[in-house]
Amino acid sequence: MIQPGKLYDVLVIGGGNAGLCAAITAREAGASVLILESAPVHFRGGNSRHVRNLRCVHDGPEDVLLGSYPLSEYWDDLVQVTGGKTNESLAKMMLQESAHCRNWMRHHGARFQPALGGTLQLSRTNAFFLGGGKSLLNAYYRSAEKLGIDIEYDAEVTDLEIVNSQFRSATVKRNTQTEQIKARVLITSSGGFQANIDWLKEAWGEAAENFIIRGTPYDNGRILRLLMDAGMSTISDVSQCHAVAVHADSPRFDGGIATRVDCVSLGIVVNRHAVRFYDEGEDFWPKRYAIWGRLIAQQPDQIAYAIIDAKSAGSYLPPVFPPVQADSVAELAVKLSLDPATLDHTLHSYNAAVQPGNFDLTLLDNCHTDGLVPCKSHWARKLDTPPYRAYPLRPGITFTYLGVAVNDKAQVLQNGVPTANIYAAGEIMAGNILGKGYLAGIGMTIGTVFGRIAGREAVRGLTH
Amino acid sequence: MDSLTETSNNALLDEGRRVMQICNACRYCEGFCAVFPAMEKRFDFTSGDLKYLANLCHDCRECYYSCQYSPPHEFQLNVPKTFAAIRQQTYREYAWPSFMVSLFSNSKRALLISTFIFPVFFILASLLLVGPDALFTAYSDADGSFYRIVSHTMLVWGFGSAGIFAVIAMLVGGYRFWQETTAEKSAVFDLRAVVRALHDAMRLRYLGGASGEGCAYPEEQASNLRRRFHHLTFYGFMLCFAATSVATVYHYLFDLPAPYAFFSLPVQLGFFGGIMLLVGPLGLLYLKRIRDPEPADTLQTGMDITFLVLLLATSITGLLLLFLRETGMMGIMLVIHLGLVMGLFITMPYGKFVHGIYRLSALVKNAKEEGV
Repeated sequence: MIQPGKLYDVLVIGGGNAGLCAAITAREAGASVLILESAPVHFRGGNSRHVRNLRCVHDGPEDVLLGSYPLSEYWDDLVQVTGGKTNESLAKMMLQESAHCRNWMRHHGARFQPALGGTLQLSRTNAFFLGGGKSLLNAYYRSAEKLGIDIEYDAEVTDLEIVNSQFRSATVKRNTQTEQIKARVLITSSGGFQANIDWLKEAWGEAAENFIIRGTPYDNGRILRLLMDAGMSTISDVSQCHAVAVHADSPRFDGGIATRVDCVSLGIVVNRHAVRFYDEGEDFWPKRYAIWGRLIAQQPDQIAYAIIDAKSAGSYLPPVFPPVQADSVAELAVKLSLDPATLDHTLHSYNAAVQPGNFDLTLLDNCHTDGLVPCKSHWARKLDTPPYRAYPLRPGITFTYLGVAVNDKAQVLQNGVPTANIYAAGEIMAGNILGKGYLAGIGMTIGTVFGRIAGREAVRGLTH
Repeated sequence: MDSLTETSNNALLDEGRRVMQICNACRYCEGFCAVFPAMEKRFDFTSGDLKYLANLCHDCRECYYSCQYSPPHEFQLNVPKTFAAIRQQTYREYAWPSFMVSLFSNSKRALLISTFIFPVFFILASLLLVGPDALFTAYSDADGSFYRIVSHTMLVWGFGSAGIFAVIAMLVGGYRFWQETTAEKSAVFDLRAVVRALHDAMRLRYLGGASGEGCAYPEEQASNLRRRFHHLTFYGFMLCFAATSVATVYHYLFDLPAPYAFFSLPVQLGFFGGIMLLVGPLGLLYLKRIRDPEPADTLQTGMDITFLVLLLATSITGLLLLFLRETGMMGIMLVIHLGLVMGLFITMPYGKFVHGIYRLSALVKNAKEEGV
């Protein structure tokens, strides 16, 4: 609870992973800390409610992690997905720090487990949280309460008083009341703006109305906007985000991990006009899932359908809702409200183009199409064995990258110069590391490393 | 709705299917227990699958608190509650014979019959058979006091046949459960799987959390209290059972009839067993009172409480009998205690006791599936 009238040393806005890491670190360094979380207690934690692992550097097998994942390899992976759009010195500092996160996390209640079923490709690079992100957050919140950090839920910050690059106070709305909270240092860890559909429209136009927001509905970008209005430097751009293909019947918000559909490489994907639009077998699914959100966003009405046949049963993770199923292509088309003749034609031309090969999901196999546009380069098998199954897909936005620019002390920059008492951690500054693209588990690396740095530096900056 | 069991059986299984389909798409909980890895081996969920998974669940509740989809999320996932309701349904569906099921399906009625009607009936019968004078006389241990009230033959026949009935009824239930949850009907007996399952059951492995820190009961923070109280209850019960068995051996093999001295083996087993069976159920009842009600099913809770109260009444009267056995209260305590034990035997196949059978069967099936 807020202690009325108190001048806090540190105010943390946003009680997700980054905010908790910052708050706990600052409190342990002796500061008085208040966390303002805009969600009610049941939905606390922002997108961290839905996360499951941390990608981290390690030099050899360590508890739940297999093999080794040297800094150089993590760096190469990051350069590859971002196409070099990253702040090299900041990113390398973060990767180095990522090696030291797990002990700290464990000390504050985190529990780890080996990679989850169906994610074995991550067992070397990513440490999984037992029970997922909500379990981790529950532990962090318990830790924070024990340390005497004040936590206020349902508390949305509606305004920031920033004078001459100096944070003074925040206006908080609770129920119908508003109040001023004064603090000597501000740490912003309030996420991206992906739940703000109007803001998304600046980049995507009306298409954004058909986007599904995989995470918290509370990430409306308000703090980011206030910081931008106050003249803070920004990084990345409004169109960049982590977006994947999700089940079209998913809840509009907060559907999380369960909404994934991962049978794309097993069959074909058609749009509303019943035609294919991209190579479904371009690469292994874990390397390609992050481009399909964008691909579907560019299709009419932002909808697509992944179609497989009986041969694929059991080769993909079960999706959240049962498939649309039919014994003939014509019946399937009717059930999906697609034009039966076109779908029939699409399937026939695809089947006719499939070349013989040895199907193997574990390899970039030699099952491909010939003379088809777009081609399917791997895992191409004829769709000829009923029942046919289809899963409707929509773009699912995880989080946006436009954020505030920071330095290696997590200080927010204004005209390239560090502000005196404003820090940022987590999604709100993720664009410094991720100019585009995504690497599984890097969101937690950003939140944990920069959260801890922000907490540490915020206390160092206090003049007692 | 406080109890999902009140919904129809099919609606309940449909809910179980919906829940499992969402869980199977998420899988974050797979490190907690055996349920989620077993779920991941399945794509569709038959009613047999759901009953198997529900009985494999130990209600440790870790998944509930970790769940990003628990209420008020619109997915409304509540695995412990859903599974508790399905277990409750399993207990009724497989119990035999069916007229007894309807008699004891209401847990208040079951409690009344087992803890009141049986003892009262026993008191009336003893008044008629031995008369009030004999019943309220103080005997010395040397007099073979118990048999002044109830003859040994009557005890053997009465409790022997009730016990055999309870065992048969529970075996029928266990067989029915195994039939529905196991597709391969000709499943061969797998000793390794049985040993593994017994090992997990006797340690209550799945109330121990991922690394022995306990489970999220009575509330979110991991605790081993429930596991310890359950151990006291179960092993206390087993010690009491052992006391009776040793006494039977003494009686028939060594021609040593009861009552036995306080420091004799049967009385020591019964004494410590009785103390454990006193503390264990009391602890479990206390935890049930303070626990978070959200992941619980009220019908299941009623059944739990009935069973715990019955165990508690049995242990209290057993201990009182021990301490009052040379007073004029011995006769009445003995009769009440025997009435409660009879109530326990008769309601056993229709109450919470059967969870041991179904959960052990589920653990055996799980051990077979895991290939251990």
